[in-house]
Amino acid sequence: MTETMNAPTPAPDGASTGAPILEVTDLKKHFPIMKGLVRRKVGDVRAVDGISFQIRKGETLGLVGESGCGKSTTGRVILQLDRATEGSVKYEGEELVGKSTSQMRGLRPNMQMVFQDPHASLNPRMTVASIIEEPLIEHRFGDRAERLAWIEELLGLVGLSPTHANRYPHEFSGGQRQRIGIARAIALNPDFVVCDEPIAALDVSIQAQVVNLLERLQDELSLTYLFISHDLSMVRHLADRVAVMYLGRMVELAPVDALYESPQHPYTQALHSAVPVPNPIVEFGRERIILKGDIPSPANPPSGCSFHTRCPIATAECAERVPEWRETNPGHWVACHLV
Amino acid sequence: MRGFWVTVALEESPLSAEAVLDVSGLTTRFSTPDGVVHAVNDVSFELRAGEFLGVVGESGSGKSVTMMSLLKLIPMPPGHIDAGVADFGGDDLLSIDAAALRTIRGGQIGFIFQDPMTSLNPVLTIGKQLCEPVMLHTGADRKAAKARAIELLDLVGIPDAAQRFKNYPHELSGGMRQRVMIAMALACEPKVIIADEPTTALDVTIQAQIIDLVKDLREKLNTAVIWITHDLGVVAGLADRVIVMYGGRIVEQSPVAELYARPEHPYTQGLLNSVPRIDQKGGELTSIPGQPPSLLAEPTGCSFAPRCPHAFDRCLTEIPQLAAIDAAGEHLSACFWDTVEGRERT
Repeated sequence: MTETMNAPTPAPDGASTGAPILEVTDLKKHFPIMKGLVRRKVGDVRAVDGISFQIRKGETLGLVGESGCGKSTTGRVILQLDRATEGSVKYEGEELVGKSTSQMRGLRPNMQMVFQDPHASLNPRMTVASIIEEPLIEHRFGDRAERLAWIEELLGLVGLSPTHANRYPHEFSGGQRQRIGIARAIALNPDFVVCDEPIAALDVSIQAQVVNLLERLQDELSLTYLFISHDLSMVRHLADRVAVMYLGRMVELAPVDALYESPQHPYTQALHSAVPVPNPIVEFGRERIILKGDIPSPANPPSGCSFHTRCPIATAECAERVPEWRETNPGHWVACHLV
Repeated sequence: MRGFWVTVALEESPLSAEAVLDVSGLTTRFSTPDGVVHAVNDVSFELRAGEFLGVVGESGSGKSVTMMSLLKLIPMPPGHIDAGVADFGGDDLLSIDAAALRTIRGGQIGFIFQDPMTSLNPVLTIGKQLCEPVMLHTGADRKAAKARAIELLDLVGIPDAAQRFKNYPHELSGGMRQRVMIAMALACEPKVIIADEPTTALDVTIQAQIIDLVKDLREKLNTAVIWITHDLGVVAGLADRVIVMYGGRIVEQSPVAELYARPEHPYTQGLLNSVPRIDQKGGELTSIPGQPPSLLAEPTGCSFAPRCPHAFDRCLTEIPQLAAIDAAGEHLSACFWDTVEGRERT
């Protein structure tokens, strides 16, 4: 399978031409399935099964897919929160796979994460100030007075008031809690932030607030984002390039306009057409591709192209051979035999 | 199964005037240790025969509690229905006795819940769970009920229905379980189906399957549907009329095309401006500032006023009532400000 996966080279597609900040090559993450009294290994959940891509400095790469496609695992493996089974993750040219926890600690200030659930990712027994201060202490940032001044500034930056510093997470709404999580993520001036479904747990009217905040911070602090989401509409709004995953593999990667205006992979096309548009006139006129069946289990993925069991145009070849990850247009990557 | 490519034709469903469900002045509160939660405040609406009514709102807007209150499906206590009448075929759902309500629940009014895993019984086969309401409400014997159950599973697009009849809920995927829920709701040919966020827990390609199924069933069965959702996109393609709720009140009510073309209430406008669209290039998202209201305080004015760009002094002291703003009386808004004219409504 490895020979079918090639690392994409930077392409002049206009969306973003910065140097790569992150290079992922043939990354795999398999979780063992244990069974029986002696916990014998009986198989693998292939959460991420050989993906290659780059993220360029200053861009937002959207990573979309349905539940179980491996998008969150990808984010966690990139940050070495889960260890890769195989493959390489290079941050500014430096290999991360195989680094020890203490070796990683030195790099942590550069790469941070915003989690999905602002209720679960903030310690309920710590005040907002101590939540944001924790990484600052860990990485020996200034003395106490300097830290508190910076926390005050951070709270302002994410749209909270300095008076919030001594309150506890339960005193805040979901949107405000997500702002606290963002303040913690940017506290150490990172260059690269993985946002793992940062708005999925929020109400519609609050989602736009948080997305606008993330966009403003990106401009002000020149951040690079990997934005993991199942919300295709929101990803279109904020990403420069978008990657689509299905069952642990990447099926398409393209600049945002190309991916949404001329999606090439049948899965991307189906995903795109399944998203409802908040406009009745558009909705009535739309042709919808209804995929049959359910998403197969990543513990037992179909042979060949893993999408072939649901693909409306699959041929015999699709069940046999894994499609090659290739560049069909400059910057537009797709894994399908029929494109 | 239908083909892969399904064309949705532009259809104008006639809005018949006859109401199957007429709710007025519904007020539901919860007594909690923190105080009284004003979950539903003076809500009135009607559901017309065969229509598809979308109810849109964010968490805490009262959309689910309103519908649950109608069938007394809220936990009581702490919940209590303080006022209101819900006329369903001459009976007031809120005052009839428990036995009469039981024959309506699951019989004439079917329910589809958000999470089929928690609303199906994990230790009974789906067949047994499907037969139960059929036998209870129609008096069919075991054999007839089984035949009906298999027919229903077939109707909701479950392949190999006779085999699936013997499956337990955990043996089915999320999408299949939601199909079983729909089959259960349809079991007694109800006049009304109330669906509470039925696709929220599903992936988008599975959601598309379920929506396709519901559209298909609507044409076949002519049941009135109340579809509760937070997703403005889902109701756009499904509903005849839409109700928008905020802070336990209806703030706007309108035929679907009119609502999206000319949203009148500042909250509806704000909501539509804050969602990105997959068919349009990025651009600025206009967010609604502030936070949803606390329901612990007795509302003294418009609950959207603190977040509203048009709010003026009257909004803080007086509660705006839902009133018609078009000649036909179909488009209603609860707001003192005329956003088209840019002045106070008279």
